Amino acid sequence: MRSVVAGVMAIWLGAAAMAGPQPDEILDDPALEARARALSADLRCMVCRNESIDESNADLARDMRLLVRERLLEGDDDAEVLAFVVDRYGEFVLLRPTTEGANMILWISAPVMLLLALISAAVYLRRRESAPDIGPDELSEEERARLDALLKDRG
Amino acid sequence: MIVEIGHFALILAFAVALAQSLVPLVGAHKGWSDWMAVGRPMASAQFFLVALSFMALTWAFVTSDFSVQLVVANSHTAKPLIYKISGVWGNHEGSMLLWILILTLFGASAAWFGSNLPATLQARVLAVQSSITAAFMAFTIFTSNPFDRMAFPPFDGRDLNPLLQDPALALHPPFLYLGYVGLSMAFSFAVAALIEGRVDAAWGRWVRPWTLAAWVFLTIGIALGSWWAYYELGWGGFWFWDPVENASLMPWLFAAALLHSAIVVEKREALKSWTILLAILAFGFSLIGTFIVRSGLLTSVHAFAMDPERGVFILFILAFFMGGALTLFAARANVMEAKGVFSTVSRESALVINNVLLAVSSFVVFVGTMWPLIAEMLFDRVLSVGPPFFNMAFTPFMVALAMVLPIGAMLPWKRGNITRTARPLLGLAAFSVAMGALVWSLQTGGAILVPIGVALGVWVVLGAGADLWSRTGRGAVAGRLARLRRLPRADWGKATAHSGLGVAVFAVAALVGWETEDIRVVRDGETWRHGAYELTLNDVQQVQGPNFTSTMALIDFERDDGVTGQVRPEKRIYPAAGMPTTQVGLRYGLTHDLYVVLGDPQDGGGWAIRTHIKPFSNWLWFGCALMALGGLLSLSDRRYRVAAGAAKRGGDGPRPPGAVPAE
Repeated sequence: MRSVVAGVMAIWLGAAAMAGPQPDEILDDPALEARARALSADLRCMVCRNESIDESNADLARDMRLLVRERLLEGDDDAEVLAFVVDRYGEFVLLRPTTEGANMILWISAPVMLLLALISAAVYLRRRESAPDIGPDELSEEERARLDALLKDRG
Repeated sequence: MIVEIGHFALILAFAVALAQSLVPLVGAHKGWSDWMAVGRPMASAQFFLVALSFMALTWAFVTSDFSVQLVVANSHTAKPLIYKISGVWGNHEGSMLLWILILTLFGASAAWFGSNLPATLQARVLAVQSSITAAFMAFTIFTSNPFDRMAFPPFDGRDLNPLLQDPALALHPPFLYLGYVGLSMAFSFAVAALIEGRVDAAWGRWVRPWTLAAWVFLTIGIALGSWWAYYELGWGGFWFWDPVENASLMPWLFAAALLHSAIVVEKREALKSWTILLAILAFGFSLIGTFIVRSGLLTSVHAFAMDPERGVFILFILAFFMGGALTLFAARANVMEAKGVFSTVSRESALVINNVLLAVSSFVVFVGTMWPLIAEMLFDRVLSVGPPFFNMAFTPFMVALAMVLPIGAMLPWKRGNITRTARPLLGLAAFSVAMGALVWSLQTGGAILVPIGVALGVWVVLGAGADLWSRTGRGAVAGRLARLRRLPRADWGKATAHSGLGVAVFAVAALVGWETEDIRVVRDGETWRHGAYELTLNDVQQVQGPNFTSTMALIDFERDDGVTGQVRPEKRIYPAAGMPTTQVGLRYGLTHDLYVVLGDPQDGGGWAIRTHIKPFSNWLWFGCALMALGGLLSLSDRRYRVAAGAAKRGGDGPRPPGAVPAE
């Protein structure tokens, strides 16, 4: 179990300063900077709880943002930057999980569940269309007695 | 002394809850009316005892009684009164007591307003509700007692987490809990109906107001939390797909599905077993949410109580109630035969589609939330599932939902004709697409989602209007306008809630797509430009608050159309909690918010400052408010009031307030 307390502290300290990229980190080339921002949004700050490095202001997040920008300046394409970061920090940093191996289950779960639900709904609707129209329930003995009592009350 | 009375009242309430979960159930089974009748006074007694207990704890907080551990950990003498009160539920133990208070409130409401329920059904509902209450009381008393004393009381407390010292967040938990716990009523009704072996239109009519009320509260609670995140956390986001947020979204989606399928049960006596299952699942996901938040299993921004023992206890509660209810469901579902026959093109089918989309999207959120856990346990992979995944997997469901909503809402019951229903809507659809296309041509290089979102939002809002208009029948416009005013509140509620969804869809698309940002270092007196704004850093001051010190920047702005003003972003430090927070400098506006965040002082002088323009963000909260208002309108509809009044003979007795479900 990761140290939850450390995580909470990171958030607390993180809230101290302005979150996200600091003025001195920003690249001069706006196109490159836009790519850096997009990549940062997909990378998780390791010491924070469920924050991307683009939202966090933990020191580690800053290091990772600088790393991403460094790689971009070196001329890496997006995939190469991600591969570099994953190589260094592990799969945990990816907020957008890969489609490799068992993760396929995660990615196809939405369409598969939708398909199953639609098929069951279709089967149900078909059956409903051809079902005989049943009239209302007969009243039970008890209900009839209560109805009589109520009617007598009114009258 | 008062604290001990509160403690004792809670234990007494626990004893009553245990008795109430058995006696009426046995009574209903054997047909003993006196055993059944005992449920009602017991439910009231439980509520009053827990209310006493809750007031005792509140008293301890208000008077800063530092002999109580919980007060020491979460309060401070210098804290403003409102946060002393909200501190009661700003922690694990106190929030459990609030949770129980609401459980007993709903249980007591079923006793007070349920006099026209069949006696056996009411007895069973009260028993099931009480067994849930008893489980949570045991949890609170044995693992998270809020009344624990300190042997050596300190002079002052450690203060409430400063992030929680905020008006919206003071109200966020009570609303959220009213929603989560409100779903327990639907659950109790479902289980009682399964025991009873009977679900009919009347059952649908009883369940719907409870679900509707729970859904309204959840909507308000989620919107408050989202608004708070927007202005407090300083990231300017409104939804982070955090496990705790997902924990509230899942029951919300299920509640939305349930209140739609209950309509089919009520009007057409179909979809019965599915509705029962939904009622069980909706509360089940409330419990799963509780488990996620309180077990600390999935770490997130604002989970509290990281205690494995507590997590296991909640897991047992979850397993017991879900396992029990689902087993009962498997054994009994087949006795609930559907009656209404309908064709594939009909309102019923449209509501089935609504249910499919809402339920599956909720499961998608569930799978995404739990996947890191599953991957670690089964595949030994430590990974994350974040916003990119959820945006991609969840958005299509909402797009589909918004697309079919206006058509589905206008299809007639039983047997519809898709071309006849769609014809009046065609013009609106064309208009919506044109709006989307207009936006598409106006914007440069943004995501395609924005035009889609705008088109869908406009389509849903116009569709809601068309739906309402079509309800006025035919004839002269004047006559139809007059009839419009006399339409049942339920019709107005439906149109209002649907247009709220449309507004929210539009706002999310606009906010995500059109937001602009500027990050820079600014020195005193320096002026910079962002969008239509010219901003000047006037001064940075030290300000003393009641329990914090603040570094506050005074920033004057002038917009191109001549509007001027000042925003004051802050960085605060709460010495008692030893914790800093940011306060965003925000100027709300109809078409956009100006959003300024103050950063650190820079080595070379000046301050880091981030400036955002957030388009249409107010429309998001407005959309949520419309949804909640729609729910309230629907709740105040005459048929619910009539049903309640009828029980008082004469039919016109004093009416319960609109927010309280009438049954």
